[in-house]
Amino acid sequence: MCLNCGCSATGTADAHHHDQGSAPAHGHEHEPGQGSRTLHIEADLLAKNNRLAAGNRARFQAAGVAVINLVSSPGAGKTTLLERTLTDLGRTLRFAILVGDLQTSRDAERIAASGVPVRQINTGAGCHLDAHQVAHGSEAFDLPRTDILVIENVGNLVCPAGFDLGEDHKVVLLSVAEGEDKPLKYPHMFQAASLLLITKTDLLPYVDFDLECCKAFARQVNPQIEIIEISCRSGAGLPAWYGWLEAGVALKRAPSAKRQE
Amino acid sequence: MHELSLTQNLVEIAAEHARAAGAKAILSITLEVGDLSGADPDALTFAFDVCSRGTLAEGASLNIRRVPGQGCCAACAATVVCRTPTVVCPACGALAVTCIAGTELRILELEID
Repeated sequence: MCLNCGCSATGTADAHHHDQGSAPAHGHEHEPGQGSRTLHIEADLLAKNNRLAAGNRARFQAAGVAVINLVSSPGAGKTTLLERTLTDLGRTLRFAILVGDLQTSRDAERIAASGVPVRQINTGAGCHLDAHQVAHGSEAFDLPRTDILVIENVGNLVCPAGFDLGEDHKVVLLSVAEGEDKPLKYPHMFQAASLLLITKTDLLPYVDFDLECCKAFARQVNPQIEIIEISCRSGAGLPAWYGWLEAGVALKRAPSAKRQE
Repeated sequence: MHELSLTQNLVEIAAEHARAAGAKAILSITLEVGDLSGADPDALTFAFDVCSRGTLAEGASLNIRRVPGQGCCAACAATVVCRTPTVVCPACGALAVTCIAGTELRILELEID
């Protein structure tokens, strides 16, 4: 049985689904009731996801693993950023990667080339990853021997904002090819993120992207958001991103002495 | 787009409560949806017809109560209306507004038979 959600699955997140509330036949008819009644329940629609996310967070905390949820629109450069990061930091930090996409395992195959443990979650028609998929998707990893788990969410600047996965931080990517007003148009995501990575800055000479304006818009929805400008092609800004990641890992390591290989 | 999974949750939660109360059917569901919740009431209603089929909630009416977004400015103490998630105070211009209402996304009551 799945200990996180109580379902009977033993396999992967996408290997089973749950009863969505259908009323099973149970072999007898009920007597007619005493008419209609009102139940006051005050139940949050995201309560189940939030409960599972809290379970994930506790498990990640116990293992001393830092967890990042990478979010952006499709094509902003999440997978390229991961490839570059694994190339540069893969020898000093122990990574595990969970990749969410509607279809294909192309991203997982790209990342697997680096030799880092990677699992693909195909959401089918689902527009975001949820805490249940992450609970099962991360089962295969040896978390106590992992420094940092990166969850590459489905490319979508809307839906993943509302679904806590148990991560320490959401990191939102915005490429300079997309336009500086995205933080105002998709405020929920920028409000939920701790860090904004402005990507593909090598393209700045060729596109009409106002960098300062973009940063001001991001701070209008989230004054605390940290911002780093990067280019995976030129390498500009990557040391700052690596420093941010390493600081996150150091915070997690401090309380529990990590088992070494 | 994520209204589909939110609505699946809605039907699941409503059916669980209704079953526990021994209901034969759910007649109506009252749902509170904040303007800053990121969920679109029309999309929820559309998804509800599909998600409720074959469940205790099939045929139930979905009553949506909208909750306006409201914030409070730490700089000028004004209470302001927020149509989008922003920290900019429309009264004094400071980046100091904290949301105090409008993110609700919850079932308030069920009418069952």
